[in-house]
Amino acid sequence: MDTIDQVTTKQGPAGKDGGAPAISVEDLHKSFGSQKVLNGITLRVNRGETLAVLGRSGTGKSVLLRLIIGLEKPDSGSVRIHGQDIAGLALDQMGEIRKKMGFLFQHAALYDSLTVGQNVAFPLQHHKKQMSESERNDRVKTLLAEVGLGEDDFQKMPSDISGGMQKRVGLARALALEPDILLLDEPTAGLDPISSSEIDELVLKLQAEHHMASIVVTHDLHSAKTIADRLALLDNGKVLIDGNFEELQKSEIEFVKEFLKHS
Amino acid sequence: MIDVKRRAVAGVDPPYAGQRIAIPSVLSSGLSVINQFFEWFGDLGIFFWQVVRAAVTPPFEFRELFRQLDEIGSKSLPLVALAGAATGVVLSLEARYSLTRFGAKSLLPAAIVFSVIHETGPIITGLVVSGRVGAGIGAELASMKVTEQIDAIEASAVNPYRLLAATRIVACILMLPLLTLAADACGVVMGWITQALSEPVSLHQFLNSGFKGADFNDFLPPTFKTAAFGLIIGLIACFQGMRTKGGAAGVGRAATSSVVLSSLFVILADVVLVKFIIIFFP
Repeated sequence: MDTIDQVTTKQGPAGKDGGAPAISVEDLHKSFGSQKVLNGITLRVNRGETLAVLGRSGTGKSVLLRLIIGLEKPDSGSVRIHGQDIAGLALDQMGEIRKKMGFLFQHAALYDSLTVGQNVAFPLQHHKKQMSESERNDRVKTLLAEVGLGEDDFQKMPSDISGGMQKRVGLARALALEPDILLLDEPTAGLDPISSSEIDELVLKLQAEHHMASIVVTHDLHSAKTIADRLALLDNGKVLIDGNFEELQKSEIEFVKEFLKHS
Repeated sequence: MIDVKRRAVAGVDPPYAGQRIAIPSVLSSGLSVINQFFEWFGDLGIFFWQVVRAAVTPPFEFRELFRQLDEIGSKSLPLVALAGAATGVVLSLEARYSLTRFGAKSLLPAAIVFSVIHETGPIITGLVVSGRVGAGIGAELASMKVTEQIDAIEASAVNPYRLLAATRIVACILMLPLLTLAADACGVVMGWITQALSEPVSLHQFLNSGFKGADFNDFLPPTFKTAAFGLIIGLIACFQGMRTKGGAAGVGRAATSSVVLSSLFVILADVVLVKFIIIFFP
């Protein structure tokens, strides 16, 4: 029987190359002022694997993603991307690592002065300068088609499209540089059930095609069950349990049972 | 908080019995304000260093720089020209009245020209641009900050200090002297027109009389000091914008504080730079 103190941390299936996990978080601590948000998080995700991070609102799920992409610095602990510790890296050094990572923000964070096409082209313009304009346009159209958007949407502004479409554009932008790692912050938050389901299907399809190491932060258990190989439940800044859905269902931890009951 | 109480002795109560003395609380608030003041400067220094590092290392963001040169330079030109023109009119009217009283009306063209190119042209340009550009940059970057667009830029492996801050600051530094030239030209021309409305004088006569005895030391240092104004406006507006917190209210605060602080520091910098020019370009 699992107790809160006996955290089951799974590494998941070994990576195909048997090497270091794509993402490795060890004993991560983070506070904002006097508020302790993360209190010793340890997680590993291999290439081709999707981990869903669940928990109540305010338990540090989004902070965890921000620490992994390097937008926040941990108070202690380590974050390793393909075996490299990212703590202490300068902004430009971190940039080299971020080129292989894609991040979908909770509200998409599209650049509101650029069109949909320009938003998706942004990483390509900065990091694929050898591409001609027509090659870049073709790549943008391919990315938009992958997420279910058409050429008609190319010239629209972010304010002209729905929340669901903004998430799709955000996802297309995150995939522009063909990342090994994909981080999704509440991809279905604020969407209706049909749009949520479409985003889930899209994430599954992209994972099947690109075999990325993915972390999806969500409070939607149904979505997590659909898209994730493993689920990690956070509470009070710690990982209570890390395993597949069947293991969560069998857990005797009170909070886990309560969470499943209300989901 | 010191709690001072005196026991009543033999029925006599001192007048201050039971009163609290608030001095430590005031001292604490004062120290907090001083602490915030130095923290702000410290953070600004760190921000400036990050921008300088980003600006001098490739890849350079020329495309964004040219966009900002247009945004800051050509779009500020009408406002700066109008402000310069209005200043020329006011100077001409005021100086004419004063100089006539002292029997020195013939010095009016020189008074207008020297006032405009030495001081009023540069400072008016600095203040107008700090209002228009400072507020615009502060609000734009603050809005991007609160909607996570700056985080998205960083997550896309693009240095936001290079793309957003360095381009705007360099554009301000390059454009302020050019805008000052425009303000100076409009001020001098409108000063001539205002004088010509009172008594006939050709532009040629006005300029000959006005620039008589002037040399490059009268013109170049005051014009190029506005590059320092541009640095102040760009740096403070970008700094205030990129550290915004608090949603729409935060955006408003960032825009307001960008204008107020950049205007204040432009005026303070002018005091220092004028002294510097007098010493090194007599």
